[in-house]
Amino acid sequence: MKINNVILRTASRFVVFIILTLALYLFFAGHNNPGGGFIAGLVLSSAFVLMYLVNDMETVQKAIPLDFRRIAALGAFLAVGTGFGGLIFGAPFLTQVFGHFHLPFFGTVELTTVTIFEAGVTLTVVGVVITIILSISEDV
Amino acid sequence: MEKIVLIISLVLIGIAIGITLIRIIIGPSLPDRVLSLDIVGVQIVSVLAIISIILETDAFLGVLLILAILSFIGTIAFTKFIERGVIIERRKRDL
Repeated sequence: MKINNVILRTASRFVVFIILTLALYLFFAGHNNPGGGFIAGLVLSSAFVLMYLVNDMETVQKAIPLDFRRIAALGAFLAVGTGFGGLIFGAPFLTQVFGHFHLPFFGTVELTTVTIFEAGVTLTVVGVVITIILSISEDV
Repeated sequence: MEKIVLIISLVLIGIAIGITLIRIIIGPSLPDRVLSLDIVGVQIVSVLAIISIILETDAFLGVLLILAILSFIGTIAFTKFIERGVIIERRKRDL
């Protein structure tokens, strides 16, 4: 049966970028506002789910050649690794530091190691959610 | 004055959500129910927008965006399930 879904394909090209922008905003807003790594990971995985819904598995796998199990493992490694970073300097496990730095074009910004930890959480959430959804839908 | 109008619209949208819930329960076919679920999502988004106007805060706007996105993706998944019976396809079908 031939099905014409040109409207969905055209709309999803823009909607995916809107969702990715929202995920990026939520990731960087998590320090002082509602947001953070976990929610950014969920929104990011909803963008991937929309891509998988509109296209199919082989097309997305060809466009984004990533193994989501390895992404989940990399994220967990990153999150735990920043925890061990504190142990090197004699501080307790998961100690986070921050500082103010002068960068060209941005002015004074506050950089912190929590961002690396949050990136690890985000990668873990994306990998686990996409792996769950794909392995559920493969049984059909 | 402005607050009265906002509260009246909240009540009206609440009644509309109730009517839509009746359509979800007794809906004769599956497309009726899917359409009603989509309408409920839009109504909840508008309720959140009005509440954030009344409370004069922007803390609900992130919730609003995420709810709109999830409602959109859920509706697409339901319609694909109705149309093809499978939600995520393995390979490209003839188009």
